[in-house]
Amino acid sequence: MLKESAGGWGLGARASNRQTRLIEVVVVVAIALLLIFVMPTVLSSFRLNLLGRFLALAIVGLGIDLIWGYTGLLSLGHGIFFGLGGYAIGMHLKLQIPPGELPDFMGLYGVTELPWFWKPFYLFPVASAAVVIIPAILAGLFGYLVFRNRIRGVYFSILTQAGVIIFFNFFNGQQKLFNGTNGLIDFSTILGANVSAQSTQVVFYILTVLLLIGTYALCRWLTSGRFGRLLMAIRDDESRVRFSGYDPTEFKVFVFAVSGAIAGIAGAMYTLQSGSVSPRAMDVAFSIEMVIWVAIGGRASLVGAVVGTLLVNYARSFFSEEYAEIWLFFQGALFLLVVTVLPDGIVGWLRNTGIQQLGRKQVITYPSLEEDPEVENERQNLGN
Amino acid sequence: MLAGLLDGLFNGISIGAVLLIAALGLAIVFGLMGVINLAHGELMMLGAYTTFVVQNGFKKLGEPWFEFYIFFALIMAFIVAAGVGLILERGVIRHLYGRPLETLLATWGVSLILQQFVRSVNWVLVVGISIFCLLFFGGLWILHRRSDINRIRNWVVAVMLPISLGIAIATSNFLSQTYKLAVTQPWFGAQNLDVSAPKWLRGGLPIGNFQMPYARVFIIALTILCVAAIYVFLQRTPWGLRIRAVTQNRSMSACLGIPTQKVDALTFALGSGLAGVAGCAISFLGSVGPNTGQNYIVDTFMVVVVGGVGKLVGTIFAALAIGTVNYLIGSGTLALLFAPIKPLADFFTFFATTSMAKVMVFALIIAFLQVRPGGIFPQKGRTVDA
Repeated sequence: MLKESAGGWGLGARASNRQTRLIEVVVVVAIALLLIFVMPTVLSSFRLNLLGRFLALAIVGLGIDLIWGYTGLLSLGHGIFFGLGGYAIGMHLKLQIPPGELPDFMGLYGVTELPWFWKPFYLFPVASAAVVIIPAILAGLFGYLVFRNRIRGVYFSILTQAGVIIFFNFFNGQQKLFNGTNGLIDFSTILGANVSAQSTQVVFYILTVLLLIGTYALCRWLTSGRFGRLLMAIRDDESRVRFSGYDPTEFKVFVFAVSGAIAGIAGAMYTLQSGSVSPRAMDVAFSIEMVIWVAIGGRASLVGAVVGTLLVNYARSFFSEEYAEIWLFFQGALFLLVVTVLPDGIVGWLRNTGIQQLGRKQVITYPSLEEDPEVENERQNLGN
Repeated sequence: MLAGLLDGLFNGISIGAVLLIAALGLAIVFGLMGVINLAHGELMMLGAYTTFVVQNGFKKLGEPWFEFYIFFALIMAFIVAAGVGLILERGVIRHLYGRPLETLLATWGVSLILQQFVRSVNWVLVVGISIFCLLFFGGLWILHRRSDINRIRNWVVAVMLPISLGIAIATSNFLSQTYKLAVTQPWFGAQNLDVSAPKWLRGGLPIGNFQMPYARVFIIALTILCVAAIYVFLQRTPWGLRIRAVTQNRSMSACLGIPTQKVDALTFALGSGLAGVAGCAISFLGSVGPNTGQNYIVDTFMVVVVGGVGKLVGTIFAALAIGTVNYLIGSGTLALLFAPIKPLADFFTFFATTSMAKVMVFALIIAFLQVRPGGIFPQKGRTVDA
């Protein structure tokens, strides 16, 4: 029965679907080629590094869009997973020393023996696997404990926010284990190559672009088809999904874990390109800012998440260079504007105002509130 | 041993009292509207800054007056925070009902603006904002009388916004160039400020071999007073009855003729005012700065989560429990208690700092929510899940 309803597209629709899919692939590949081959020759090394970092942040934007735009889970704590990814690769970089020696900061705090959990990070494969697996497991566990009890909405959001403060405190307070406030800095080599060398940085940049494309493809695959429709159904009316015989908990846990893993990858790439990872990656403000990137670009639109991330971050780097004071005002105004005037973000606004080529279907986030004309009418006229 | 426990109890209660007074307003607003106000901490910060201003004003009046500035400061803090809260509700939150997640983001934006505002507020900024408000909102108000306003409203806004913004910025620039530092110097700046408590609040009450600072006693008394006042207001007055009715069932209350919009605005102002009072209270515990509010918000949110929605008693229990547990773990009392059992003692010693205690408390809260997802006193009924 389900197959019938899911596969109820006409033959023509399927063909045109395939055509748009093909166009999308061509466009994405073209952008990727542009980023990989043209940008390194055009931009100065500083600008290229900046772009690479912002592209890494765009990866986490995709992760947020996956859970917020499509599944309706507003996480204010993705900094946890971002930071964990960064720390995982950072620990590997700090261990580029002869066996038996300790990372430099540990000597300062009188540590004599390498803590046990640092040891696996000697191996590059283990460290790079940890970048994905540790955030995914943590997100899955946290999600399971929370979603299992049907805690959702605002409750979930403030629990994630509390979580990010807790992790900030933990990494900030453990000087002996993670060098406290300063975090992990002064990386030397990775796989024998000098981390800060120009050629290595270009490799990191290209890797970031590839990972961004890969993440985009993954999110695209997850959000189209039956799984994606189920996610949107959970977002729009979770109780109804439950009554239809699905268990939303499993899906939410899974998608939250995937999103955490994506944030971990982003954190690792960001750390490699910025040359340090500190508890500031788990700052509350930073985690909420990630949400605004997606909101500006457009929820429930993967392109929007990437575009929004790049826009806001370039605006930030412009403003903090020119007028640092105004940036917070501007950012605050951005939060207010995007929820009141532009609830669908830039891409959503473009879609709704007639540029139909860009998007296919309009996504309504809260159908029960927005679609019922009677409710709207009453709200406006009766003032309740 | 007994002294240690007593000590823990008193400290726990005094930390819990701060949490409670900070969380009280948040809990009422959350219970009524399902809205978490991320700017709550900043409203507390405004209350603390108001206390600072009032204190400076009373210093000029001389010694006998200065002793009693607190009472005036409490009232002023309430009024200022409630006023800002009212503007916030009327201007932003009202448009976002039914979309709690968006409200979170919007109030976060407000909190960023408020933080930067106290950092950089000076005469130029104040004059500029007043001119803008006067021109823009005054113009809208005048045009509001025209019957065809709805048709041309967008055009009016599109024209008037840049004009009033331009005039405001030009005037501010002119002012700052003519009067220089006299008007461009920030009032408070980014550094922390110290509020000096009056003489009768310094020192402490000796209990056994341990001193209870009068400031703490004052906060406990203030908290009890606030809780009692809120209880009486909610249970014994007509508006309290309306607030309780809307909390239980919004649409049914609206059907029965309760002006839910007014109830929302009133409750939000009340909750914000309580935040202001809390800010006044915390200004006696340490210096206040633009980031003061940030230190308290997450703890107060946890109080709301643990306490459950719509019951004062839940908030009280949760605040006291979190305060006590936090102190017991953070001060290392538990580590001492379990000293005979080596691994347990080591375990608790690891968490025996203020920041690590929060890690432990968060884990405990998550564990607690496995047993009681709705908090200590969950609201019964089917409407909660809507």
